[in-house]
Amino acid sequence: MAERNAMEMAEYKWPEPERRRLIGKRISRVDGPEKVTGRAKYTYDVNRPGMLAGKVLRCPHAHARIVRLDTSAAEKMPGVKAVLPLKKVGDEILWAGDEVVAVAAVDEPTAEDAIRAIVVEYEKLPHFVLDTDPKAAGERVRPTAEQVEGDPDAAFREAEVVVEGLYGASLITHCCLEAHGAVVEWEGENNVLVHVSTQAVSGIAGQMAGPLGVPAGNIRVKQDHIGGGFGSKFGPDSWGIAAAQLSKMAGGRPVKIMLERDAELMVAGARPSYYGRVRVGAKRDGTVIAWESETWGTGGIPPTSPLPLPYVLRIPNQRKRHVAIVTNSGPARAWRAPLHPQACLLTMAALDDLAAALRMDPLDLLLKNIELAGERADVYREELQIAAELMEWKKRWHPRGDPSPGPVKRGLGVSIHTWPGRGHACRCDLTIHPDGSVEVKLGSQDLGTGTRTAIAIVVADTLGIPLEAVRVRIGDNQYPPAGGSGGSTTIGGVSSAARRAALDALDQLFARIAPLLNASPDQLEAWEGRIRVKEDPSRSIAWEQACARLDGMPLTVRGENPGPGELTTAGAAGVQMADVSVDIETGIVRINKMVAVQDCGLIINMKTAESQCYGAMIMGISYALYEEKIMDPATGRMLNPNMEFYKLAGLADIGELVVHMMTGEKYDRRGVIGLGEPPVISPGAAISNAVANAIGVRVPFLPLTPERVLEALAKKGGSHARV
Amino acid sequence: MEKQRLKTGSLSRRDFLKVSGITLTVPLVVGPRVLKVAGAEVKVFGPGKVPMTFTINGKTYRAELEPRVTLLDALRNEFDLTGAKRVCDRGTCGACTVLLDGKPVYACSVLAIEAQGKAITTVEGLMQDGKLHPIQQAFIENDALQCGFCTPGFVVACKALLDRIPNPTPEDLVVGLGGNLCRCGTYVGIRAAIAQAARMQRGG
Repeated sequence: MAERNAMEMAEYKWPEPERRRLIGKRISRVDGPEKVTGRAKYTYDVNRPGMLAGKVLRCPHAHARIVRLDTSAAEKMPGVKAVLPLKKVGDEILWAGDEVVAVAAVDEPTAEDAIRAIVVEYEKLPHFVLDTDPKAAGERVRPTAEQVEGDPDAAFREAEVVVEGLYGASLITHCCLEAHGAVVEWEGENNVLVHVSTQAVSGIAGQMAGPLGVPAGNIRVKQDHIGGGFGSKFGPDSWGIAAAQLSKMAGGRPVKIMLERDAELMVAGARPSYYGRVRVGAKRDGTVIAWESETWGTGGIPPTSPLPLPYVLRIPNQRKRHVAIVTNSGPARAWRAPLHPQACLLTMAALDDLAAALRMDPLDLLLKNIELAGERADVYREELQIAAELMEWKKRWHPRGDPSPGPVKRGLGVSIHTWPGRGHACRCDLTIHPDGSVEVKLGSQDLGTGTRTAIAIVVADTLGIPLEAVRVRIGDNQYPPAGGSGGSTTIGGVSSAARRAALDALDQLFARIAPLLNASPDQLEAWEGRIRVKEDPSRSIAWEQACARLDGMPLTVRGENPGPGELTTAGAAGVQMADVSVDIETGIVRINKMVAVQDCGLIINMKTAESQCYGAMIMGISYALYEEKIMDPATGRMLNPNMEFYKLAGLADIGELVVHMMTGEKYDRRGVIGLGEPPVISPGAAISNAVANAIGVRVPFLPLTPERVLEALAKKGGSHARV
Repeated sequence: MEKQRLKTGSLSRRDFLKVSGITLTVPLVVGPRVLKVAGAEVKVFGPGKVPMTFTINGKTYRAELEPRVTLLDALRNEFDLTGAKRVCDRGTCGACTVLLDGKPVYACSVLAIEAQGKAITTVEGLMQDGKLHPIQQAFIENDALQCGFCTPGFVVACKALLDRIPNPTPEDLVVGLGGNLCRCGTYVGIRAAIAQAARMQRGG
């Protein structure tokens, strides 16, 4: 028995295809009914008895010092229960919208009245929010060390063709539909209950303990559902801490602070801007040999880091310089696939311009150089082939500049991307109850990616029981800790921990059942609601009857990731193609069609995996064509902190979208790889390239607004893309 | 506690005293005052809280609210009907869509006081006899949701569209759902869901 266990313990792997009843199939989300009926409760929906409304007074200036702060009138107002200055006289404010005072009152209108009654006087200081030209940034540049590989100077001398171009992606925001915020209440002197909109349920208490002066173990964190995060919701934030402090001041009454939409867009998330001048050198046959880039951009006050350039393709000779511009644009946060969409644009657009200069099909140029992608080269080759077929690329591609008459020009573009996506650290407790029901508990969260459903699928398939028999409980820091949901690490982490827990639980159950079936435990398997002898399926026992043998004691097993067996790996590869129409009279770009071909190892749920790709393409269309956090140089403020002028793609804007997920033994054997980030990386580059292909000139910066398209057309793209 | 009491519409003596204590300088207004404006009589409500009665999902709800309170805030904060979401709070994103006499409106841009006397339908009212509405079922099956925050607004907007146009063309979708935005990017699923729901409602 001990020997068998030792042997069996080593068998932590995913089931073979014929043993998957649920894994990889198209399964509807288990929390779908809650979400479509409005029953799903988000942090914003939490109504607690005696709850107070919290509001935050924000600084209207981009750079200022506080010279006077008087909250006395607000404190005296009826219905105001607590007033908490978050800054003091003399403090320097570094962006418009930064928090100055928080208040809690009986309802929102009263809290708003209280905010208006607070007197703050500022000494205005010089601000700076321009990010498109480092030469104009004066003292505000922070250069990083030059990086060199190979011999770029010799390679450029050797190159038969050299192109140079200017590319970039503007500052954008996360614009989560559920704003950031929390509902916090004190229970006695030392215990705090926190409902918070977060991507890291298990990580919040540790971040609140210090500021609140209570042990992390006394802070209970809960979240059933989250209305979007995209990388911007990993901490309690200053307003979450303020809500807790206001609650304490108000005798423990719950305080709810959810950001107003303008604050959400101004301070609660931004993707840094990146721009760059890129030179690429190649042989006349398209072999790329040299890369040089000078990049700059801003993420507010902390300097931006260099991009991973050149992206995906490791060009042998390269020189890279990066200059961060420090601005008063507000804080940046991780935005779905940090640094990758910008690096992808700079690289894929430069290669596309190279192809145009060589009069080559950019698809052929990518294929010609695909070995530079390293160990995933074969995957890209296969994916490029499939994408080309789905797009009818060879039939429909034309050299740069649609020659057809009329103002509407059509074009195609292609891009490739990568992302690591290995599963994060995660623990879960799996309990088999004597009635046959199964519970899985972990301090994870479902960002809308389908995490709950994926866990249920893994457990149900491993135990051979229906999906409905598994209850997944997440969103509570009293459950075993699970990593934050960032970097596409969740699916690998939770599925691996759940698989290990279920395999171990099954082992223990087999040991109990084996004597009943006159078999040894290693001869048993769980299949379609029964535990049976592999060689003689007629000897079997129903799942519920087997569980009844647990002598009334639930069986709980801990599963962990990382752990034995390679259930998750890193390195997703994807290809996207775009087909656009551009009206050269109005400058308006329309998406006709996009194709995404994506690998993410073993797929747990095909339905939600495809949804990740569709959603990422749509988010990509949005940042490629519409989104920009527009900063006003005169005031230093964001000009469009609302959803009327901060544009998101709507249903009419997306064209036809096609998703193809790579499947089969070759992909399955790599284990589970995350999918949240990869497909959002390429759309900007693919769409930019398609626009260049349509109108014959490069529009340098995203978003490709009508104004920018017309400007590029007026310049005829003469400033770059030359041989 | 408070919520239930308000729903039944009865005020305890203690609460009556509490309310009148706060509003000593303001007359406790139960019915509207009437002003003459350019010869016409205009009812004036407030300042301060006014008793209001609503018909939501076929049931009667009562609350005392300031006239400046929106229908969205009344639904969410007074009656705990939190399906309609507050996102842009400015009539742009559609996450707060509800039906007013069958017509889709942004609840963030309707004053609660003006929604009295109208049939208000929220996403919570679409299930019938404990069964999901065909649109809700179709949303699940076509994975027309991710984080789900825009979903109630889309479901209600889809219902309004199919009630008006049982067999919508792609152009009808663009118009009928053009007032709703999703950040996760679920439009492909929504297009498929509405097509399926239309088929189901036609008995196909």
